[in-house]
Amino acid sequence: MKKIEYAEILINDKIADDIYSMTLFSPFIAKEAKAGQFVEVYTGLGEHILPRPISISEIDSQNGKITLVYQIVGKGTEYFSKCPIGDLIKIMGPCGNGFEIKKNAKKHILVGGGIGIPPLVQLCRDIKGKAVVFLGAKSNPVLTDKFRKLGAEVYIASDDGSIGFKGNVVELMKEIKPEGDMVYSCGPKIMLKFLAQWAKENNIPVQVSMEERMACGIGACVGCAVKIRKKGESDWQNLKVCKDGPVFMGDEVMWDE
Amino acid sequence: MSNINTEVNICGVVMKNPVTTASGTFGSGREFSEFVDLNKLGAVTVKGVASEPWKGNNAPRIAEVYGGMLNSVGLQNPGAEYFINNDIPFLRQFDTKIIVNICGHSIEEYCKAAEMLSDSDVDLFELNISCPNVSQGGITFGTVPSMAEKVVSEVKKHCKKPLIVKLTPNVTDITEIARAAVSGGADGLSLINTLLGMKIDIKRRKPVLFNKVGGFSGPAVKPVAVRMVYQVCKAVDVPVIGMGGISNYEDAIEFIMAGATAVAVGTANFNNPFATAEVVEGIEKYMIENSIKDLSEIRGIID
Repeated sequence: MKKIEYAEILINDKIADDIYSMTLFSPFIAKEAKAGQFVEVYTGLGEHILPRPISISEIDSQNGKITLVYQIVGKGTEYFSKCPIGDLIKIMGPCGNGFEIKKNAKKHILVGGGIGIPPLVQLCRDIKGKAVVFLGAKSNPVLTDKFRKLGAEVYIASDDGSIGFKGNVVELMKEIKPEGDMVYSCGPKIMLKFLAQWAKENNIPVQVSMEERMACGIGACVGCAVKIRKKGESDWQNLKVCKDGPVFMGDEVMWDE
Repeated sequence: MSNINTEVNICGVVMKNPVTTASGTFGSGREFSEFVDLNKLGAVTVKGVASEPWKGNNAPRIAEVYGGMLNSVGLQNPGAEYFINNDIPFLRQFDTKIIVNICGHSIEEYCKAAEMLSDSDVDLFELNISCPNVSQGGITFGTVPSMAEKVVSEVKKHCKKPLIVKLTPNVTDITEIARAAVSGGADGLSLINTLLGMKIDIKRRKPVLFNKVGGFSGPAVKPVAVRMVYQVCKAVDVPVIGMGGISNYEDAIEFIMAGATAVAVGTANFNNPFATAEVVEGIEKYMIENSIKDLSEIRGIID
């Protein structure tokens, strides 16, 4: 069940260069959402016909709040960054499938890259059992303290070496050699591709949260296609990131197509 | 309410109001039924159905442009058999007409799809000879009058439902294609499909769409659509479903005044999932406020 809510902006703070954290009062979505799902956010401006899909970083169902951490990548997200506290913003959700937390797992591995880190915060909170978290970015991964406060074992990588390991998260994982029962990830496609390869070599299932340009956000327009070959099926199909995903099993994604 | 009549007759099929959906923007209604009571709509026009499943184009398939969007989905669909078994039973739970959009790469494929769907419980066919996103078939049939006439007359032999032909705006004179489709046996016409467009990402120095070009739709195309509906309604005598940038009842009334019998809401669904129902309510309100008892009073009133 999805709904449109006009959500009051409670917080809209800059937390890094071009990255903002927006907390909204959105009781329906806060009650329904789970980690890894996203909302469609509308600018309400005539020139922006399409909503912007933004992952939910934190869910406070008790107080009816959700937090979105977003990066300015164009005019729509730039508009969001300028929305004042107290304004109402139109959102739809919760959209997509979200992560499936593996039951009875002793150890979970979370891997986030760049603006793919935010949805892992709520996941880390919901996980029971031990979490090992790998976070990477070009220079400074966001929200690292959130994971530390949740008691996770956190490893940091940066492409330029300004913090933590110099290199990407998958290279870092090859050094640390983490063990676990399930990998959950969100980040750039190239990172997810190498992570899926790592997971296969280490025989650990991996959930990857994908991104694609989308229109409706509910599975009707078939705009956001990703090529998936389901286990045991010989032929591939274009599935919808918005409805069938955004989370897919890494070994089912056709990375090079 | 009681003294207004919103019913319209499209090729012998009575719709309770003139509002339907533009093919490809509403799936088969399932997803939007979370937001809209489908009983409120005159008809649901479903996403294009082919005789066999189609995989569609590579992503990215979507790009936003000022006041509209581009798409190059390429008519991805699960095929007629899936549609018949899954989508028709779903839609039949509602009191609304079903318009099935038919696509194909060749005359044979169009005919096969029409045949497969002819015995199913749908009300109208909409023949898609205007999709800009498939390399063979599709738009080729929609831009050459003799080809349009041929494909329509062949499909007509295989179809037991009234046949609406959907026209592309990507032609020099849309009335030529409209006349050709009618002389091929079209019972009605729908227009416009999307305008061929392109967007370039200047940072990456590449087109945004994988397919480079795609169909342009949304509020920005509305004046072109109103003009073409007006021209076609003057040129032929069959009912027309008007579409192209309709986001509210005012837009819908423009198309009706230009001569359209019914109207379709398309890209606006992405901006406002309630758009279809709001257009229905807006038309009723407009009729009451302007003492219009029947839409025929304003249909085609522009000289």
